[in-house]
Amino acid sequence: MHDNTIAGIASGMGGGIGIIRISGDKALEAVGKIFRTKSFIDKKLGKVKKDVKWDYNYFNNRETHTINYGFITDGDSIIDEVIVLLMKAPNSYTKEDVIEIDAHGGPFVVRNILELLFKNGVKPAGPGEFTKRAFLNGRIDLSQAEAVMKIISSKSSFALSSAVKQLEGSVSTYISEIRQEILRNTSQIEAALDDPEHYDLDEYRDGILKDMEEEINKLQGLLERFNDGRMKSEGINTVIAGKPNAGKSSLMNLLLDEERAIVTNIAGTTRDIIEETVYLDNIVLNLADTAGIHETNDIVENVGVGKAIDYLGNADFVIYVVDSSVPLDEADFQIIELLKGKTGVVLMNKSDLEIKLTEEEIKSRLDWDCIVFSNETKQGLNKLSEYIKNSFLNGDITFNDQVYLTDIRHKEAVEDAVSSLKQAVATMKAGLPEDFVTIDMMDAYIKLGLINGETASEDLVNKIFKEFCMGK
Amino acid sequence: MSYTYEPYDVVVIGAGHAGCEAALAAARLGLKTLVFTVSIDSIAMMPCNPNVGGSSKGHLVREVDALGGEMGKNIDKTFIQTKMLNMSKGPAVHSLRAQADKKDYSRAMRNVLENTDNLVIKQGEVSEVIVQDGKVTGVRTVSDAVYPCKAAIMCTGTYLKARCIYGDVSQHTGPNGLAAANHLTECLIKLGIDVRRFKTGTPARIDKRTIDFSKMSEQKGDNNIVPFSFTNTPEELEREQVSCWLTYTNSETHKIIMDNIDRSPLYSGNIKGTGPRYCPSIEDKVVRFADKERHQVFIEPEGNYTNEMYVGGMSSSLPEDVQYRMYHSVPGLENATIVRNAYAIEYDCINPVQLKATLEFKKISGFYSAGQSNGSSGYEEAAAQGIIAGINAAMKILGREEVILDRSQAYIGVLIDDLITKGTNEPYRMMTSRAEYRLLLRQDNADLRLTKIGYDAGLIDNERYNRLIEKERLIEQETGRIKNLNIGLKDDVQKILEENGSTLLQSGVTMAELIKRPELSYEKLEAVDKDRPELPDDVKEQVNIAVKYEGYIERQLRQVEQFKKLENKKIPENINYDEVYSLRLEALQKLKEFRPASVGQASRISGVSPADISVLLVYLEKN
Repeated sequence: MHDNTIAGIASGMGGGIGIIRISGDKALEAVGKIFRTKSFIDKKLGKVKKDVKWDYNYFNNRETHTINYGFITDGDSIIDEVIVLLMKAPNSYTKEDVIEIDAHGGPFVVRNILELLFKNGVKPAGPGEFTKRAFLNGRIDLSQAEAVMKIISSKSSFALSSAVKQLEGSVSTYISEIRQEILRNTSQIEAALDDPEHYDLDEYRDGILKDMEEEINKLQGLLERFNDGRMKSEGINTVIAGKPNAGKSSLMNLLLDEERAIVTNIAGTTRDIIEETVYLDNIVLNLADTAGIHETNDIVENVGVGKAIDYLGNADFVIYVVDSSVPLDEADFQIIELLKGKTGVVLMNKSDLEIKLTEEEIKSRLDWDCIVFSNETKQGLNKLSEYIKNSFLNGDITFNDQVYLTDIRHKEAVEDAVSSLKQAVATMKAGLPEDFVTIDMMDAYIKLGLINGETASEDLVNKIFKEFCMGK
Repeated sequence: MSYTYEPYDVVVIGAGHAGCEAALAAARLGLKTLVFTVSIDSIAMMPCNPNVGGSSKGHLVREVDALGGEMGKNIDKTFIQTKMLNMSKGPAVHSLRAQADKKDYSRAMRNVLENTDNLVIKQGEVSEVIVQDGKVTGVRTVSDAVYPCKAAIMCTGTYLKARCIYGDVSQHTGPNGLAAANHLTECLIKLGIDVRRFKTGTPARIDKRTIDFSKMSEQKGDNNIVPFSFTNTPEELEREQVSCWLTYTNSETHKIIMDNIDRSPLYSGNIKGTGPRYCPSIEDKVVRFADKERHQVFIEPEGNYTNEMYVGGMSSSLPEDVQYRMYHSVPGLENATIVRNAYAIEYDCINPVQLKATLEFKKISGFYSAGQSNGSSGYEEAAAQGIIAGINAAMKILGREEVILDRSQAYIGVLIDDLITKGTNEPYRMMTSRAEYRLLLRQDNADLRLTKIGYDAGLIDNERYNRLIEKERLIEQETGRIKNLNIGLKDDVQKILEENGSTLLQSGVTMAELIKRPELSYEKLEAVDKDRPELPDDVKEQVNIAVKYEGYIERQLRQVEQFKKLENKKIPENINYDEVYSLRLEALQKLKEFRPASVGQASRISGVSPADISVLLVYLEKN
């Protein structure tokens, strides 16, 4: 039987209800620890009652195939109101004890519940792991299992062709750099162990300690950013800029295909920043419509303008909307100043009106490509999609330098690596010999390798030979 | 004219360090064994460095000894200096190394071979391994004699189509001018075996009388002698030790090399074989590590009855005249007389991924290969493979279970698994960094790890086995005792703590907890342990390590548990990978080529991803 109890999200993320599935010997016990029935909740305070003793074996004592109403709790706080389906072994999908938690909250709540389970000894389910178990335990046959395995492998080929690639790319590069640091320090120690008459470590101990503490900090930074990571890193931060009434909000609506921003023909109606997520051929754009940037006395609008400038600073890509039915003016010049050095495209909007502006005029001030466009006739819309997609795939659009973890399994790997590195630092501080230290350093190295699929087998030996002149 | 000679169970081709262990193991297990050597005088010859052991190699020697091999005993008989390396580091990387009297070493090993029952030594060159229906049936010599046999073990070292090279001089000989073996390669190729060409090298030997030792620093042996063999005691091995000497190359040396680098056969393209990264030639070091101002040079005696000294660290294939100038630029060697030149040697070897963990060819039943012919380097690596091939050839003939060591049991396991699973693109050297469970694979506990395996195979006698069982018992008993031994806040305890710079006690602790402190040890706390029994030193050492590093050792044990899970999932030999749907193409090709024995081994093949392993597991469960 399997010694691990696993949990994963069984429903697609995003819908109103998120289903978490837990399978394994410890499933009942793990959920028992974080679940409370109604009578254990103090409704007035919105907290878990303190003076009543909850039985962690609640689910063991329940009949199989029952539906249980209650709350997921963390300490004395309530995470979500849930319905729990109990299926005891062998009458479940995996033939193991299985629990499904139907949570009402959004993706964040679902993830919080998952993390609570992980804290209680449950492991994240690998891709296809429920199915694998179902198969291994004889619940489904080979052809069914293989169908699932195929989906898993096709998923990774999808990932290669989609935006995920570049997103993961930045995490991957960042993790790679940390791994290289760990490897460099490890090889320093190992070279001395393998060729003790040639290399000694006397001068390096402090340096290695300092380096490892730095890497721990970087990894902890990644963990802290995990929460925003899911939102931010899923898209390219795209800002729509332009002077008032150039047609920014109409463009946003066009891209969103629905009326969300307030669109009027009075200049300056977009008072604040509006953010939306748009999918363009698998590429996710975090679209921000900025208030028209221009000098204004309107206080509300001034706040918006300030924010718009901030947004521009953080943008990965800018769509600059100009009104081609009027010549460039002072407001445009101001905006162009802000756009210099950034990546983006110029939309020469209102092509359906009489054109007063040429591409050359814009190009003489801003070296971006121009697309003739109309919000009214949708002229240029396809071109814009193509343009963004190509820039992305060519690598012209790069992300902000901040790296985010998005995958909960990656987060686990980073947590493991941090704990290994902390152990290495503790070993070093306790004055144990260096050969004890590298064991944990290599452990961290291997764990981090799980994130970008890099293996470790020959890395250390190769590094030693590359950096150190070994042997007699 | 071809004629048939008497039949043998096992024929070993070559009597170097692999061949000797293979032949001894097979013969000692009762099999009629014949060992061929191109020259009787080259049995267990040390054609390069005059020492045995060193970082991680010392581990291999002790493991060979624990299995019932000969190398440890032989170096104990013939060493002229001994040293435990890495003493300031943890016990896992302590490594024993001994300087050998080369001639003595060779003579002593020959003596053992000559006096082993069931073992016949023969001078001759094997030209063919005869294979019928995928099974070895005999070997043929260049004189066209056929020796029928049930198993053949190839231990040809650096002799296959050997070529020695320095400058533009190239001689078709094996090491030290011995005859090369020029025929067997062709047979290997005909058998469908993938053959490749490696290169290694050796430095010059110089006349001791012409060295100015006052310009060098002396490297003495240890006063405390630690035997390689678990059958020996330090007292038995007391003897006068000789010194080695340390000097350095300098900018002048490097300039001579760089000025003549175009005359090096390595750079002119005359040498095609791949050399080892661990023991690069001096020209390689100077080119690749251009920023290093100097390199170490160790001057080591070749034996007690010769003036030849080995120039460790300066192997080379530069032309003779450049070699002279280069050596003479080293402090202390200004007037040195060179007795033998440095040279590089090129030789044929096989791609070891064609082998099983028993070192038998996957495709040819009864054909084994061990040592440098598998692409390894070093005497110790050779001996380690030799004993495993010898044992397994015997086991197969006797119809008994294979003896395979895995990565969690021994450095030997790491060595063989690396060779057969990852392959190697250069002469492979053992390194402590290659062993992921090295806290468990210490040189001090090789007997505890492997003696039982040697005993079960039949290479360890009852007396030695019983001694081991007693040792285990004592360790367990004493470890248990000190874990439960409470230490109160007594004055003598506090005094010892203070003397050793350790924090004074605020409350009672166990003896084990005190031993865990880095500045303390089992030994240091003896005075406050009134009921401590009299125990042998090796038992005390094990108790100290087991207690002191308990947490670390336990963590490694857990890692090993994980490792064993996949290792124990065997893949049937007749698996048809084409039936395993959803394997990625690269994985499919690799698995077909390697035919790994277990899922664990499959997972270590480069190009096989975790997803492929899942798919494979699913398939295996189904069938």
